[in-house]
Amino acid sequence: MMGALFALAANPAHAVVEININKGNVTPLPIAITDFLAKDGVGKQISDVVAADLKRSGLFAPIDSKAFIEKITNPSAAPRFQDWRTINAQALVTGQVVKEADGRLRAEFRLWDVFAGQQIIGQQYFTQPENYRRVAHIIADAIYEKITGEKGYFDTRVVFVAESGPKTARKRQLAIMDQDGYNVRSITNSNDIVLTPRFSPNHQEITYMSFEGNQPRVYLLQLETGQREVVGNFPGMTFSPRFSPDGQRVIMSLEEGGNANIFTMDLRSRTTTRLTSTAAIDTSPSYSPDGKRVTFESDRGGSQQIYVMNSDGSGQTRISHGDGSYSTPVWSPRGDLIAFTKQAGGKFSIGVMKPDGSGERILTTNFHNEGPTWAPNGRVIMFFRQNAGEAGPRLYSIDLSGYNEQQIPTPAFASDPAWSPLLD
Amino acid sequence: MSHISSLSAHGMQKLARNPVIIATFMALSLAGCASKKGGLPNNASDLGLGANGVNGANATPGSSQDFTVNVGDRIFFDTDSSSIRADAQQTLDRQAQWLAKYPTYKITVEGHADERGTREYNLALGARRANATRDYLVSRGVPANRLRTISYGKERPVATCDDISCWSQNRRAVTVLGGAGM
Repeated sequence: MMGALFALAANPAHAVVEININKGNVTPLPIAITDFLAKDGVGKQISDVVAADLKRSGLFAPIDSKAFIEKITNPSAAPRFQDWRTINAQALVTGQVVKEADGRLRAEFRLWDVFAGQQIIGQQYFTQPENYRRVAHIIADAIYEKITGEKGYFDTRVVFVAESGPKTARKRQLAIMDQDGYNVRSITNSNDIVLTPRFSPNHQEITYMSFEGNQPRVYLLQLETGQREVVGNFPGMTFSPRFSPDGQRVIMSLEEGGNANIFTMDLRSRTTTRLTSTAAIDTSPSYSPDGKRVTFESDRGGSQQIYVMNSDGSGQTRISHGDGSYSTPVWSPRGDLIAFTKQAGGKFSIGVMKPDGSGERILTTNFHNEGPTWAPNGRVIMFFRQNAGEAGPRLYSIDLSGYNEQQIPTPAFASDPAWSPLLD
Repeated sequence: MSHISSLSAHGMQKLARNPVIIATFMALSLAGCASKKGGLPNNASDLGLGANGVNGANATPGSSQDFTVNVGDRIFFDTDSSSIRADAQQTLDRQAQWLAKYPTYKITVEGHADERGTREYNLALGARRANATRDYLVSRGVPANRLRTISYGKERPVATCDDISCWSQNRRAVTVLGGAGM
């Protein structure tokens, strides 16, 4: 199902409008997103979500509708391109939403290249009315992909730790929301501490750590059924879990006698494999997207630093060499970069480096930034930030340029975000 | 359930005749302290735990109040360290003597870290501190089978200001009589 979604790029018109997102600091593309025609408010609701997604990406500048000259009355007909050139729109989105006899919504949109005077893409979607935001995110992804040449990341979700209550007795629950902060739902509700949730590659399962029964261990949660199980039968605390890219294994740390080492458990055979064996803290393992390598942090050299090894545990090599300490490495879904938390000079930064340790770039520095997670297209990183003097952390995103930082609205304090793959 | 169809560039008529269903997707369903500034504290009394109308002289000998107030239930660590400091050794020596006198208590050693580190590392660091504390108590004669350890990482601070006066109180190991899971 997932693959089929992306087979829709049948494109009769060559797109003249494009954004090269490899250029660093990009000037946002002026785009006119008209209200989708509909008998009720859902048309505008959908086009507003599309506009908000594209604006937050930092790559698009939706034009204020007050400037529009042409009023779209037939979203299927070619617009008066001159009217849109006049207001300097480079791209135009039109659409309509129709309620079908069976109660479903049919949402359709067209993306127009204003200066070339032609349609770039047109698609229609059927969905239940309550899913209108998802359709809007899918439309925004289609527009993003057509114009940037890269997959979008709007039809995705984020699992995170929702925090409430005073710091000394904080309540933590796992919650899931859409990437833009809407549709927040709790998926655990107990007084046990829960930490570090991560999606499975098919986004149907979460692996996380819970202190249930005062036995801090890694769990697996089926989102559909709510079924939970402990991962492995280990003698000590297990923590910092993450799935392998094929979804067949969970990689995590096991603490024994004050040392932490990295293990995997095969979810089918239930066999466990030790990958590291040091009298140190080895944790935060994360697979490369091809599953052949693992990045992790270790203080075996005296301070926390980032290492890379083969997925059988061989070839453990330190890759971070700058000032300060480095932790929480996460391999990009594109494979080209590793994101990390860096602690130096009393500040916490989020940065990226290549898997060989070269090309380190700091994206943002603050009193306390921590825990990067990648959007599935490898262009945007979400993390959590605790500002000095504030009672709790919040979620933020920043793109690889380091310029487009955004807070993700959440009802309560929030930490440990993990971005899903694109939904299907 | 939703369907995605492609609209041709030639307009709605062709669309209406040939609505090619390209993909379907399903919605993902879901089942479902007050901070103290100033000098570094060395025992519970310094943290104000002796307040509340209970002072050392009034605590019943052998009670958990007696342990917390007269012995000291916690020790503190340097940044990123799990070494038992000299001041902490004195506290743990008193704990070992008290625990020898009252041998029925099982003990949980809770390891904690300050918030100036990342979550996963701090979970491991708290475990290291709890283990170092446990090992010291065992070396002073407390039977290992009376002791268990648990790490709370940076998740359970006792002091919540944003400077070293609080962080130094949070880098701790607390000896809890009974304690979690006992």
